[in-house]
Amino acid sequence: MNDLLSLVDWSRAQFALTAMMHWIFVPLTIGLSLIVSVMESVYYKTREDSMKKITQFWMTLFAINFACGVATGIILEFEFGTNWSNYSWFVGDIFGAPLAIEGIFAFFLESTFFAVMMFGWNKVGPKFHLAATWLTAIGVCISALWILIANAWMQNPVGMEFDPEQARNVMSNFSEVALSPTATNKFLHTVLSGWVLGSVFVIGVSCFLLLRKSNEKATSTSIKIASIIGLIGIILTMWTGDGSAVQVSKVQPMKLAAMEGLYRGEAGGQSLVGFGILNPNKTIENDETAMIYSIDIPNGLSILAKHDSKAFVPGINDIIDGIELTENGDTIKNLSYAERIESGKKAHEALRRYNAAVEAKDFDATEQAAADLEANFKNFGYGYFDNPAQAVPNVPLTFYSFRIMVIGGGYLLLFFIISLAGVFKFKGLFKNKFVLLSGILTIPVVWIVSEAGWVVAEVGRQPWAVQDLLPVRAAVSSVSAASVETTFWIFVVLFSGLFIAEVSIMLREIFKASKEDITNR
Amino acid sequence: MELHDLQTYWWILISIIGALLVFLLFVQGGQTLLYRANGVTMRQMMINSLGRKWEITFTTLVLFGGAFFAAFPLFYSTTFGGAYWLWSLILLSFVVQAFSYEFRRKPGNLFGRRFYDILLFINGCAGCILLGVAVGTMFFGAEFTIAKGNIANAESPMISTWSNTHGIEAIYSLKNLLVGFTVLYLARTQAAFYFMNNLDGDQVIMSRSRRSMMINGGIFVVLFLIMMSFIFAATGYEEQPDGSIIAVKYKYFYNMIDMWWIGLIFLAGVTTVVFSIIYTILTPEHNRRGIWYCGIGTVLTIFALFCILGLNNTAYYPSLLDVNSSLTITNSSSSQYTLTVMSYASLFVPVVLAYIGYVWYKFDSEHITPEEMDKEDHLY
Repeated sequence: MNDLLSLVDWSRAQFALTAMMHWIFVPLTIGLSLIVSVMESVYYKTREDSMKKITQFWMTLFAINFACGVATGIILEFEFGTNWSNYSWFVGDIFGAPLAIEGIFAFFLESTFFAVMMFGWNKVGPKFHLAATWLTAIGVCISALWILIANAWMQNPVGMEFDPEQARNVMSNFSEVALSPTATNKFLHTVLSGWVLGSVFVIGVSCFLLLRKSNEKATSTSIKIASIIGLIGIILTMWTGDGSAVQVSKVQPMKLAAMEGLYRGEAGGQSLVGFGILNPNKTIENDETAMIYSIDIPNGLSILAKHDSKAFVPGINDIIDGIELTENGDTIKNLSYAERIESGKKAHEALRRYNAAVEAKDFDATEQAAADLEANFKNFGYGYFDNPAQAVPNVPLTFYSFRIMVIGGGYLLLFFIISLAGVFKFKGLFKNKFVLLSGILTIPVVWIVSEAGWVVAEVGRQPWAVQDLLPVRAAVSSVSAASVETTFWIFVVLFSGLFIAEVSIMLREIFKASKEDITNR
Repeated sequence: MELHDLQTYWWILISIIGALLVFLLFVQGGQTLLYRANGVTMRQMMINSLGRKWEITFTTLVLFGGAFFAAFPLFYSTTFGGAYWLWSLILLSFVVQAFSYEFRRKPGNLFGRRFYDILLFINGCAGCILLGVAVGTMFFGAEFTIAKGNIANAESPMISTWSNTHGIEAIYSLKNLLVGFTVLYLARTQAAFYFMNNLDGDQVIMSRSRRSMMINGGIFVVLFLIMMSFIFAATGYEEQPDGSIIAVKYKYFYNMIDMWWIGLIFLAGVTTVVFSIIYTILTPEHNRRGIWYCGIGTVLTIFALFCILGLNNTAYYPSLLDVNSSLTITNSSSSQYTLTVMSYASLFVPVVLAYIGYVWYKFDSEHITPEEMDKEDHLY
C-alpha cells in the first residue's frame, strides 16, 4: 500500500509538472493567435507595410512559444497512458473520443496553417495568408475545446453508464458529454483567460519598448488592439468564472468548500472570505476555528454559489456528514461519507461476485450481483477509501490559489481599463515610468493568476481523477515509483532547459526590437 | 453498423494512420542525413525543407495515439502504462524535436545551434528505432497480463501489469530492434527521395541525395527481407469464438493468404518501393518523382502489415506471459456507441487530407532554393 501511495504521489507530481508547464505556453498561444489575427486583418484592410511588420514581430514571438506548447502537449496526452493506465481503460471509452476528435479537427488545422502563417508571406497571396492565420487561431481554440470537454467530464461525469461485463464505464450520450454546462463554462473561461494573458503580454512587452524609448507607433497600435481584446477577455472571464462557481457548487461541493476554507455552513446566507489567513491546525476532526484572520463579504458565497443571498452552502464537515444542496437550494440530509465508503465497498464486492458468477455461468447470481452493483454504483469510487479524511482535498492550496485568481482577476480588470484610457484618452499615461514598469511587472502576475486558476480546478477536485467514480490511487499505472521518480526528474531538467531557453530567446528578440524600428526592418 | 464491423473499420483506419505516419517519418530520416550536407547553405535548405513538414508528422503521431486511445483503450492503457520506459523514451525523443527547429537559429538559444542539431539527429534515430520497437512488440509479443476484475480490488486495483523491466526488455529484443532499424532505413531512404524532390540548387545536392538513397535504400531492402521472413515465420495468436486465444504457427503468413486482397496490396506496395529505388537509379539525375512512388509503396505496404496484424481474429498485441491476456480488436475496443460517434467524426479525415494536400501543393510547387535562404524572414 505504501508503494502504491508513493507511486500515486510521483505520478501526480509528474502530471502536475507537465500540466503546469504546458499551461505556461498554451494561454499565450491562445491569446497571441487571436491578436496577430486581428493585426493581420488590419494590415489586410489598410495594406500599410508598418502594420505587416508589427504583425510579423508578434508572430515571431508567437512561433517561439507555439513549439513549446506542442512539445509539452504531446507528453500530457501520452501521460494519460503511461501514468494513468487504469484510468485510460476504466473511462477511456468516454475520455478517448474527445482526444481523438481533437486530433482530427484541431491539431492538423493548427499545424498545417501554422506553416503557411510563418513561411507563406512570399509563397501565398495575402488573402490566403490571412485565412491561414485565422485558421491557426481557430485550430488553437478547437484544440482547447476538446481537451476541456474531456477535462470537464472528469469533473462532472455525465453521459455514461457502467458495463459490469467489462468492468468499465461506457459512453451513453455524446451530446451530454460535449455540451455539459461544466464543459461550456470551462471552455469559455479558459480560452477567454488566454485572451487576457496574451493581451497582458503584448501590453507588457510594449511597455518595455516604450521604457527604452523605442517603437512608439508600433507599441501604440499593439497596446490599442491588446487593450480592447484584454478588456473584453477579462470581463467575459469573470462572467464565465461566475458560471463555473455555480457549477462547482452543484457537482463538486467539496471543492467549493475547500476554495472557501469552509468547514460548517451557516443558515441564512454564507459570507465569502475576501481575504483571509487559514488556521494551519484546523482539521475535519477538531473544532478549532478555520480562519486566523479574514475580511468577509456578507452573503457573498451564497450569491456566488447559488445567486441567492440566503442560500445554504455546505462546508467540508457538512458534506462529510451528508448535508448538501438540492437543485432548488434546499438543504437535505444525504449519505454521509462513511456511508458512501461502505456503499462503495459493497459495489466492489458486488463486482467481484458478478465476475465469479459469470465465470461459473450462474445466471441467478449474476443478476443478483448486477442489481447490487447498480444499487451501490453511485458510490463506487468511495470504496477505495478507508476513512472520510481521504476524500478531502488540500484546503490551504485550494483556498489561497482561489484568492490569487480572484484578486488577480480584479487587478487585471483595472489594468485593462487604465491601459485603454491611456491609449485612447490620457495619452501621457504611457510616458509615465511607473505605469510602464507596472505594465512590465503585470506579465508575471497574469501567469501566476492563470496557473492559480488551474490549481483551484485540479487540486480542489482531489482525490478524484473522475469525480466520485475513480480516485487517483485507483487510476494509476502498474509501474514502479522509482521509474516515475526518475522520469519526473528527467522532465524537470528538460522543462527547465526548455523554459529558460524560450525566455532567453524571447528576451533577445525583444531587446533586438528595442534597438531598431520594427516597422522598418 | 454492428460492433465487429466498427472494430474492423477502426482497425483499418488506424492502419491507414499508421501507414501515413511511417511515410511521414521521412522528416526523422532527413534529420539523420543533415551531416551529409555540403556546406552551410545546403544544410540550411535541408533543415528548412524538413522544418515545414515536421509538425504534420508530429500531429500524425499524436492522432495515431489518440485513435488507439479512443478505439482500443485497453491497448493504450496496457502498452503505455506497461512499456513505460519504451514510450517515455519515444516521447522524449519527439519532444526535443518540437522546439529544436524553432530554437536552433534564434539568438539567445543558450546551447548553440549544434546542440539543437544533435537533438534533431537523436530524434531522427531514436524516434524511428523506438517506434519500430513498439510496433515490433505487436508482432512478436510483450510481457504483460490483464485482469479487468482487479478494478474492484482497492488494495491493488491495477488492471494491466507488466514485467518489472517496464519496456526495457522490448528494446533489447533483437527482433524488435530489427523492425526499428528497418523503419529507420526506410525513413532515411524516403528522406533522400524527398530532398531530391524538394530542394533546388547545384548538382551536389542532387548527387549526394541520390547516393544517400542508394545506400540507405539498399540497406533497407535487406533489413526488410529479413524482417518479413521473421514475421512470416512467427507464431501468431488467434481468438476463438468463445473468446479464448490459441497459438497458430505462421499466423501472419496465413493471414496474407486468407485475406488475399491484403496480400495483393502488400505485393503492390513492396513492388512500388523497389521500383522507386531502381527507377531512380536508372533514370537521369534530375528525376524528382521517386518520393511519390516510394511514398505510395510505403503506405500500401505498412497498411497491409497492420491489416495482417489485427484482422482475421488475430491478436494484435500478444502477451508472452499469459496468452489469454493477448489483445484483439474485439476484447480491447471501445463500446459500439463510442465507435459509432467516432466513425462520424472520422468522415472528416478526407477533408483534413485534402487541405493538407492543397497546402503542400501550394508550398512545394516551387522548390527550395539557395536564394530563398537569403530572402526569407523566418528561417529554421
